[in-house]
Amino acid sequence: MSGQSWRRMLPHPSQRSRALHMSTRASAMLILVLGAVFGVLMGAGSAGAQTDDSGPQAIFGQLDYEDVEVQEDIVVPGVIIEVDGVGTSETDDNGEFRIEVPGPGPYVVTLDVDTLPTSINLRNPENNPLNIQVREGSDQRVLFPLIEGEAGSGDDSGGVSFRRVAQLTAEGLKQGLYLAMAAIGLSLIFGTTGLVNFAHSELVTWGMLSSFFFNFYGLAGVIGFLAPLPPPFGGGVNLILAAVFGMLCGAALGYVLNRFIFRSARQAGVSLIAQMVMTIGLSILLRYFFLYLFGGSPRTFGDYAAQRAVSIGPIELTPKDIVAMSLSVVVLVAVASYLEMTKMGKAMRAVADNRDLAESTGINVERVITWVWVSGAALAAISGVFFGLDQVKWDFGFRILLLIFAAVTLGGLGKAYGALVGALIVGLAINLSTLVIDAEVKNMVALLILAVILLFRPQGILGQRERIG
Amino acid sequence: MDWGFILERTISTMFGVEVMVFALAAVGLNVHFGYTGLLNFGQVGFLAAGAYGLGITVTYLSWSFWIGILFGVVYSIVLALILGLPTLRLRADYLAIVTIAASETIRLLVRWRRSKEITGGAEGIGEFADPFYDVSINPFSVGVRYEFGPFSYVGRDMWVLTVGWIVLILTVLFVKRLMSSPWGRTLKAIREDEDAARALGKNAYFYKLQSLMLGGVIGGMAGMLQVIQKGSIQPDTFNPVITFTIWAILILGGPGRTWSPVIGSMIYWTLIAFLENVLRDLPEGASETLEDTIGLSDFNISQVRFMLVGLGLLLLARYRPQGIFGSREEMALDDR
Repeated sequence: MSGQSWRRMLPHPSQRSRALHMSTRASAMLILVLGAVFGVLMGAGSAGAQTDDSGPQAIFGQLDYEDVEVQEDIVVPGVIIEVDGVGTSETDDNGEFRIEVPGPGPYVVTLDVDTLPTSINLRNPENNPLNIQVREGSDQRVLFPLIEGEAGSGDDSGGVSFRRVAQLTAEGLKQGLYLAMAAIGLSLIFGTTGLVNFAHSELVTWGMLSSFFFNFYGLAGVIGFLAPLPPPFGGGVNLILAAVFGMLCGAALGYVLNRFIFRSARQAGVSLIAQMVMTIGLSILLRYFFLYLFGGSPRTFGDYAAQRAVSIGPIELTPKDIVAMSLSVVVLVAVASYLEMTKMGKAMRAVADNRDLAESTGINVERVITWVWVSGAALAAISGVFFGLDQVKWDFGFRILLLIFAAVTLGGLGKAYGALVGALIVGLAINLSTLVIDAEVKNMVALLILAVILLFRPQGILGQRERIG
Repeated sequence: MDWGFILERTISTMFGVEVMVFALAAVGLNVHFGYTGLLNFGQVGFLAAGAYGLGITVTYLSWSFWIGILFGVVYSIVLALILGLPTLRLRADYLAIVTIAASETIRLLVRWRRSKEITGGAEGIGEFADPFYDVSINPFSVGVRYEFGPFSYVGRDMWVLTVGWIVLILTVLFVKRLMSSPWGRTLKAIREDEDAARALGKNAYFYKLQSLMLGGVIGGMAGMLQVIQKGSIQPDTFNPVITFTIWAILILGGPGRTWSPVIGSMIYWTLIAFLENVLRDLPEGASETLEDTIGLSDFNISQVRFMLVGLGLLLLARYRPQGIFGSREEMALDDR
């Protein structure tokens, strides 16, 4: 598959417009920085203004905020902007809006705060609505600087209120559930083969990116000339279907990695340490392959990108989050019943407990390992799709590698249920920690958990003493 | 294509700054992994500790550059203690998990907006290295290009290279001497069979901790030399790929051998420089064909390089874990 060519041949509309807006985006960012410094609205200088003699004049702009964790600007689609007496507009997938106005003169621009996503707020709430002056012959850019977290001062970590605790608990639960799906595979692969798979996080990214691919290019997108076919073969499929394909891709990659790389390594007697170095090599290879194909900028899925949060008591979640969280509970319950009730599930646990004993009772260990790789990779892929509902990025998996390892170690390396418990604790702990520390460094809490657990109970919560050797 | 030009640029790489810095970092990793068998997947964290130890002392505390060097060493030791104390009693892969996580955490910590006052945040630290170039024994003048046959370096780099290579060679000789001492032989014994070493009354835990500190300090020196050459400290240059490149270099040369980090580094960087120079200097038609078919351009050439590092590491660990020159008896990446 020549990755770059499918992107070039089938430019997605929003991608094309993104390229066109590259220069205005750069200048918009510059202005945004200046605006933040002075706290005032910057007039449309020569950088931002587009001279348009023929068409009608317009008020335009782009909404984005800096995600403090990934240090990148994230655009905000689906926000309603109103120009009094003229009309309204909703920001598109690039966070851009444009409202045509009859002519030069003063206007009042209002941002509908209720349409902002959860936890995103105006940096200067007092500047909304905004009085602006459209000048003769040029479009007028307006800025609404946004920040993540509470409005007002940027580094106010907020007080401890019941509402905030409830909201953070919900978000921690969400992250923990998604993490659990990624962690179970890692833990089971370690349990059955003794291998610490550093490439597991790349399986998460793989699920995310392949779903993105199907979401935009459909089943035939791999082969460029088939693109004009009707959906689901060309032109992109709904995210739900794309997620299923992504999961199948994840399972397939898991199978391939085990069958062609690690099974032969096991059979050739390559030591576990060498195999671990192999997974590190594999991880870099895959990660930079993803970067090569996908490019460095973050994107969003084509469906359900802009959703408004709904309130459930003190908690605000988007419908997609609620659906994904419910689905992950279903998946995790299904995994648990699979491990408890089916023959293969029991065999997996048996091999993880004691490989030699399991083999001597007639369990086909290689077959079990194949299934562990396939199902573990598929679970990681689903986790990637769910995480991708917020943002799709080439190195997402690597960014949560620490969290996955903290979860697995906390629960006990090799224990399927340990990974589940560990993931939930890690998810809750890092999100609730933002009550006292900056969101930017919340992932460090995972490292702290890791250090503490290794000092005091290295076998993990559910692990047995002899595992740590 | 101008092969003469390509070769000239490639040859200059062989004794260049990258080779020197990565060789020194790999000497540190060789102490960890090659001689002691410690799985340190966060060597870049030690590079960062050295660099920031120097930078913070000079710019934030406004102390002298030479005290900064001392602090770079101290920071590396402290990092080794933080990493080693909880993990070295446990099975080897726990150190791997903690080091890989910690090195990335260090990067996030130094670029955190609240540590901006001390570490310079995402912009990093600049203007701390001048005393290094201003010393009276520096015979090279900045801005002049020095040429020795096919080798050519700018004056600023010449001084870093001279000091760096002296440090590197002395370190390699020191490590060689140390590893044939009783202390070094104990490390090798722990690598081969920790239980046996313990049965002989050696405190394996403390030996491993000392080894982690020694290798960490060598890594810290590599980090200091790197930022002295660059003249600035950028948090994002200390990313995990650096660690994996150091691993690839060490395994390429053969872990547990005296000169393997230097040889591995030379092979790696010469190969990379050759590939990049060839790809950048392709005839017009060929480079356009490459761009049209697989989208390869000047812009993403370094991504291909990292893919090759990954592939190389994967294949080396699978087929020649003892490295190109290593022997199976000395080092076979065994379980311990």
